Amino acid sequence: MKIPGLSPSGSIRQRLILQLLVLVAVLSWMLYISVRTVASSAVETTQDAILGSATIAIAEELRGGDDGVGIDIPYTAFSMLGATGEDRVFYRIVIDGVTVTGYDDLPLSDDPLGGLTPIFYTRAYQSETVRIAAVERSVLVSNRPVRVVVAVAQTRSAQDAIVARMANRAAALGIGFFAVAALLSLLTARSVIQPVRNVAEAVRRRGPQDLRPVDRPVPSELAPLVTALNQFIARLSGALFRTETFIAEAAHHIRTPLATLRAQAEIALRQSHNEAARAAIRGMIRSVDDSARSVGQLLDHAAVVYRTDQRADEEIDLAALTRDVVAAFGPAAELREISFDLSVPDQPVTMTADRLLLESAIRNLLDNAVKYSALEGLISVSLLVEGGEARLSVRDRGRGLSGVRSAALTGRFRRGTNVADVIGSGLGLTIVREVATAHGGEFRLTEREGGGACADLSLPLA
Amino acid sequence: MRRLVLALGLILSAAGALALDIEEERLFGSGNETSVVKILSTTDIDIFAPLVIAFQAANPGIAVRYTVASTTEVYKAVPDSALTFDLVISSAMDLQMKLANDGYAREHRSLETEGLPAWARWRDQLFAFAQEPVVLILSRPAFEGLRLPQTRADLIDLLRANPERFEGRIGTYDPNRSGAGYLFATQDARQSDTFWRLSEVIGGLSPRLYDGSGAMIADVQSGRLALAYNVLGSYAAAQLSGDPDAALIELEDFTNVLLRTALIPRGAERPELGAAFLEFLLSDTGQTLIDQKAGLPRIDAATLASAGHRRPIRLDPGLLVFVDPLKRQKFLSEWTAAFLRR
Repeated sequence: MKIPGLSPSGSIRQRLILQLLVLVAVLSWMLYISVRTVASSAVETTQDAILGSATIAIAEELRGGDDGVGIDIPYTAFSMLGATGEDRVFYRIVIDGVTVTGYDDLPLSDDPLGGLTPIFYTRAYQSETVRIAAVERSVLVSNRPVRVVVAVAQTRSAQDAIVARMANRAAALGIGFFAVAALLSLLTARSVIQPVRNVAEAVRRRGPQDLRPVDRPVPSELAPLVTALNQFIARLSGALFRTETFIAEAAHHIRTPLATLRAQAEIALRQSHNEAARAAIRGMIRSVDDSARSVGQLLDHAAVVYRTDQRADEEIDLAALTRDVVAAFGPAAELREISFDLSVPDQPVTMTADRLLLESAIRNLLDNAVKYSALEGLISVSLLVEGGEARLSVRDRGRGLSGVRSAALTGRFRRGTNVADVIGSGLGLTIVREVATAHGGEFRLTEREGGGACADLSLPLA
Repeated sequence: MRRLVLALGLILSAAGALALDIEEERLFGSGNETSVVKILSTTDIDIFAPLVIAFQAANPGIAVRYTVASTTEVYKAVPDSALTFDLVISSAMDLQMKLANDGYAREHRSLETEGLPAWARWRDQLFAFAQEPVVLILSRPAFEGLRLPQTRADLIDLLRANPERFEGRIGTYDPNRSGAGYLFATQDARQSDTFWRLSEVIGGLSPRLYDGSGAMIADVQSGRLALAYNVLGSYAAAQLSGDPDAALIELEDFTNVLLRTALIPRGAERPELGAAFLEFLLSDTGQTLIDQKAGLPRIDAATLASAGHRRPIRLDPGLLVFVDPLKRQKFLSEWTAAFLRR
C-alpha cells in the first residue's frame, strides 16, 4: 500500500521472512551435514565389520603343527567382501616377518597388533584408497610360538557409493525441510504483521469526524503505538474544539462592539447639524458596515474551513433552504429596490449535506449579486435538478467580470478589477467554491449574455 | 645404429612371442583393413570364427588377429608388458577375476554392459558373454541295466555298486594341468562335501585325466570311457548331438554354470577396438550368433532362474581364494590324495 507523503524504510515482513529463511537455510544445511556424517560413519562401521569378519575368518583357519603354519583361506572370507559391492580385495599373510602369500607390498599397520579384534587403517595402495583390517595370531609350530599377521584390504568404492546415495537423500531431506519451513515462515510473517494491518485499516476506514480513540484489542507490542495514536487523536480533538470555541467567541466579541459603535454613530448623525461632521459620521458608518461585513465573512470562511474538515451531514431540502435564504435577503434588497425572480421546484430537493455550509454558500452568492446589481435591478435565482445533480444559478445585471477568469476571482482575498468602489473582502466566492468542493460539487462564474454575471453552483444529489 | 635398433626390436618381439605358448592363431581380414584388433582367447578358432566374420562384416575397416592359448598362458600374458592384446577372452573365471582385481583391466561402460545381469559383470571391467553348464556325460551302453544317475549321490552309489564296470573308464579334468578343470573342481569342493566322497570313489577306479573337454567327449563317444565328469556342456552338446549312445546329464543336486568372460587389458594398444569387439559380443546380434553359431549359451538370467539346480559361478572376490598359491597347493595336494590315492 502506497502512502502519499510517506516513504517506507524497509518492511518488517520482508525482514522477518529474510531472517527466517536464513535461519531455515542454516538448519537445513546442518541437517544435511549431520545426516551425511552419521550415515558415513555408520556405513564405515558396517564395512569395517565385514572386513574384520573376513580377516578373522582367515586367522581362525591358521593351524599349527610340526610342518609349519597351515593356511587355508575360506572361500566365504573373500566372497562376503563382494556382498556390498564390487570392491577390489587384497590380502597379505606374514609369518615371522616373512610374507608367505598375498600381496607382499600391502601396507602393514604402524600400530602394534594384539588381541583378538582386528585393527583398521586406511592407506593408499595400487593408486586407490583402501581400508585394511589386520589381526595377529600366535601359532605353535614345533612347540614354538610363531607370529602370524593377517591383513585384508578392500577398496572403498561401494562404501563411497552408499555414502553418496545417503548424502543425496540427506540433501533431498534438507531441501524438503527448507521448502516446508520456508512456507511456514511466510505464513508466520503474514500472521505477525496482520494486527498492524488491522489497526491501520480500522483507522483508515474512520469517517472524517470520528475522533474517538482506537479501542480494538491489539497485541502488547502494538499497544505503545496505539496509545500514542490515541493521545494524538485526543490532542487533535481538543484543538478542534478550541478552534470552534474561538470562532464563536471572536464573532461575539467583534460583532457586538461593531453593532454598538454603529448605533452610537447613527445617534450622533441624528444629533449633529454640522454638515461636515455628518458627512464624516456617514463615512464612519460605512466603514463600520464594511468592517462588520468583513468580520462576518472572515468568520464565515473560518467556519467553512472548520466545517469542511468536520462536516455534520444531514438530510436537507435544498429548495426550502434556497427560499429561506432569499427571503432573508428581502429587506437588504428592498433598500436598493432590487427584486428577486425566484424559480425553485415546489417539491423538496433532498440531499445529504452540511446545512450551515450550504446556507453560507447561498448567502454569499446572493450577497454578491445584490452588492453588484444596479438600483432597481432584477436578480434571478433558479434551482434545477437534472442528471443527478442540483444546479443553483444566481444571475444579475451587474457589471460582470470584465474578462477576469472565474478561477482568479474565487481565490482567497481576490477581487475583480472593476469593483474598487464596492465594499468587499474578497472571501465570498472563495467560501462558495470551498463549499462546492467539500460536497463533491462545482462552482462556475461566467459572463451573462447581455451584461452581468452568472454564478452556477452544481451539487451532486447522491 | 638403425640396424641395431631393428635387430633389437626383432629380438624383443621374438622374445615376446616366445613368452606366449600359442595353440593357434589366425588373421581375419582381406588385407584392406586400416587397423587390427588383437584378441587373445582360450576359445578355439573354429567356435569363434562365425562371430569374428560377422564382426568384420559390420566393421569392414578392422582386421582381427585371433590368438588361442591355454588359460594359464592367457593369464600370464596379460601382465606381460611385452605382449599387447586389445581384448582377452577366457573361460578361467578365477584367473580373469584375479587380473581385474589386480588392476590389469580397463573400465568400459556402455548400454550393453549396463544391460548385463549383476552376476555377469564385475566393476565394469570383466564381462561375461556366455553361460555354460558343467555337465556329466556318459555312454549309454556302459550303463546298460542301470538307472542313469541324476545326482552326485546317485553316481557315488552306482560306482560303488559296480566297480568292475567302471574301472579305468572314468574321465575328468586334471586340475593340475587345466585351469578350467581346477576351477570346476574348486567350485565343486566349495559347493558340497559330496565332491570329496565322489573324488575318493572315482580315485579308487583308476580314472583317466584329461586337459580338455574335447578328448573326453570323443572317448565317451568311442566307448573308451563310460562317463566323463565335469565337461563343458556346450562342447558336449555340439559333439554329441545325434549320438543315441551318449547322454548329457545336468546333475540335479547342483550344476555349476561357467561364465566365459572378456576384459580389455590395461596395456591394450587399441582399447577402443577391443571395446568395439566386446560391444559386438554383448549386442543382441553377437549374443544370437554365440548362441546359435558358436554353440555357447547366451547370457540369460531367465534360463538360470527357471532351472534351480544351475548355479552360476559368481564373479566375486571369492574366486581369488583358489588363485592363492598356498590355497592352490593345498587343494591340489588334497585332490591328488583323494583322486590318485597317493
